[in-house]
Amino acid sequence: MLNLANYPSIGAALKDALDQFASEVCLIESDREREKERLTYRDFQQRAHPLARALQDSGFKAGDRAAIIMTNQSKWLISAYAIFYAGGVLVPLDYKLTSTEHWQLLQHSGVTRLVTEFPIWRQLAASPVPGTVSNLVTILVTEAPPNADLSGAQRWEEFRTEASPAFVPRTRKDPATIVYSSGTGGRPKGCVMTHENYLEQCVALTSLYPFAPGFRYLSILPTNHAIDFMVGFFGPFICGATVVHLRTLRPEFVREAFTKYKITYVSLVPLVLKNLQKGLQARFDELPARKRRVFDALVAINKTFTKSRPRLGLSRRLLRQVHDNFGGELQAIIVGGAFTEPQTLQFFYDLGIPVANGYGLTEAGTAITVNDLHPFRADTVGKPLPGMEVRVVDPDADGIGQVTVRSKTVMSGYLNEPELTAEAIVDGWLMTGDLGRFDRDGHLQLFGRKKNMIVTEEGKNIYPEDIEAVFDSLPVKEFCVFAANYVWPQRSMVGEQLVLVIHFEPGQTLTEELRRDIVLRNGRLLNYKRVHGILVFDEDFPRTASLKIKRSVLAERLAQLDRSKAVQSL
Amino acid sequence: MRTIEQTTQEILDLASKHFNVPAGTLSPDDDFFRKLGIDSLQTLEMLSHLENHFGIELPDYEVQGVSDFRTLASRIQSRL
Repeated sequence: MLNLANYPSIGAALKDALDQFASEVCLIESDREREKERLTYRDFQQRAHPLARALQDSGFKAGDRAAIIMTNQSKWLISAYAIFYAGGVLVPLDYKLTSTEHWQLLQHSGVTRLVTEFPIWRQLAASPVPGTVSNLVTILVTEAPPNADLSGAQRWEEFRTEASPAFVPRTRKDPATIVYSSGTGGRPKGCVMTHENYLEQCVALTSLYPFAPGFRYLSILPTNHAIDFMVGFFGPFICGATVVHLRTLRPEFVREAFTKYKITYVSLVPLVLKNLQKGLQARFDELPARKRRVFDALVAINKTFTKSRPRLGLSRRLLRQVHDNFGGELQAIIVGGAFTEPQTLQFFYDLGIPVANGYGLTEAGTAITVNDLHPFRADTVGKPLPGMEVRVVDPDADGIGQVTVRSKTVMSGYLNEPELTAEAIVDGWLMTGDLGRFDRDGHLQLFGRKKNMIVTEEGKNIYPEDIEAVFDSLPVKEFCVFAANYVWPQRSMVGEQLVLVIHFEPGQTLTEELRRDIVLRNGRLLNYKRVHGILVFDEDFPRTASLKIKRSVLAERLAQLDRSKAVQSL
Repeated sequence: MRTIEQTTQEILDLASKHFNVPAGTLSPDDDFFRKLGIDSLQTLEMLSHLENHFGIELPDYEVQGVSDFRTLASRIQSRL
C-alpha cells in the first residue's frame, strides 16, 4: 500500500499506484458469463492517458468539473482517473435518477464535461432540459452503436489523443469531488469533498480492512456512492488489488461472481444482505433432519470459537459448503448505506462470515464508525474510525443525543449553499442529524433521526421536500410530506416510511377519485421514493411570513395524533 | 413472431405464477412494484425468468426506471 501521508491528492496517489503495481490485475469486467475486460494497472494507464490528454486538448483545466453517469464498469474508473489526472473535479451522479433529475444536477454542479453511457444519453437527449446547461461543452458517450444518433455527443472510445498528458497537481484542500448526498427537488445537497477527505478516510479504513495485490473486490454498489468510490476504486487501487465489475446485477450472476473470481471483499446494502440471508436460510431449512443437526452443531462450534474475534481459517473448514458458495476466500462483507438489522449481521457472523457493519454519511467522508470485529457486535455500529472525533450532544435522560463528528474527512461544505453548510457544520463539528449513544465499550448505538428524512434499505437518502413536487396541484387546500419516524420517533432505524399529510378545503373529503389521483402521482416516483400512507389533518398548516410551511411546528402538532389511527395505508 | 399483446399476456401470466398472485388480477398498466409488492431485487429475479422464457438478453439499462408491465413488454418485444 502507498503511504498516503506523502500525497497531496487522489490523482497523485493513483498515478504512483499505476506505476508501482503495473503488472497486477486491476480491473475485471464481466457481462453475464462472458468476461469483457481484464486490465492490468499498466493497461489501465494506457487507456486513461489518451483520454486525459484529449480532455486537456479540449480546454479542460485544473478545477473544471466533469460528471460521470454510468453503471459500474471499467470505463467509469478510467474516466474518473483521467479527470483527476487533468486536475479536474469529479461529479459522480447516480445513474438511477430520472433524466429530469440528471439535468437538474448537471446544471447545479456547473460541470463542463459529461461522461455517460449511450442508453442514458439517449434518454437525456430526449428529455426536456430544465433551464439551460450552457456550460456543458463536451459530452462523451460509451458503447454507442454504429450509425447511432449521438445528439451532439462524441464517442468515448474515439475521444483520445496519443501524446502524453501533463499531470496537473492539486493540493489536499482542493475539491476532488462533488457528491450529491440527496436532493433533486428544491435544494440539491452537493457535498464538496476535498482530496484530504479521501486520503484520510482511506488511511483509516484500510487500517481495519486492508487490501493487497491479489485481493479481489466485487463492486456492486454504484460507484457514485461514497462507499464504493472508496472501497471499490481508491482503496483497492492504492493497494494494488483487483476490482471486479458486473454489467448485470441479476442475483444469479452476482452469486456466480463470488465463486468465479474468489472475491475477498464485497459491499452490500442491507436489502441485498437480507436477500442473501433469506436464500441461505431457505437452503438450511431444506436440509434433511440428520444433516441439519450436524450443520447446527457446526454453527454452534463456530460461534464458540469466534466469540472474541473472527477465525476465518477455522470457519472455512467447519462450514466449508457455505464458504465455498462465497468463493472460499471472502474476508468480510462490508455493509452500509443504511441501517442493518442486528439479526441479519449475527446470522452471517455465526456462519463465520464477518460483516463490517458501520455508520457514516457522505458529508462525513463515508464512514464514521466501523465494527472492528474484536469482538463482533451486531447491536452497534462499531467504534469511531482512527482520526474521527465523535460526540453525542444534548443527551436526554437515557444518554441519547445527536451524533456529531469532527475529522479531516468531513466535507468542506454544500456547493453554493452557505446557509445549509452553516447549519450542518457548527464550530467544525458536523451535525449528523442522527440520534445515538455510546455504550461502556465505546461502541456507538443508533436510535433514530433528528432530521426529517429516511434512508431506504437500498441506501437511498430520501428527503420529503424532494418528492413533494409530484403532488403539486393536488386538489386539496395544502399538503406536505413527512418522514413518519421524524414525527413519531421510534428509536429505530428500520422500517422508515414517508407520509403524505393533506388538509382539505372546507367540506372536502377523501374520495376514491382523490385517492386514485394520489396513487397515480405516487406511482410516478421511483419505487423507493414513494409515500406509504396518507394523513388527513384538519387544521391550517403553520407558515412563516413568506408562507413557507413551518415543518417542525407542524410535526409537533402531528405528533399529538395516534400514528396507528391517523395514517391510512396508501 | 409474437404480437405485443401476446408478449404482454405472457409476462402477466409469468408474473402471477412466480409471485403467487391470482391469475387475471394483473393488467398491463399495473405498477409491478406495487401490485406484486416486490422490491428492486425481486424485480431483477423476475427479469431473469422473463429472459429465460423469451430466450433473450435484456440489459439492465433497458429496464431502468420501468415499473409497469406494458412498458416492460415493449422493451422485451423490441428484442424478440
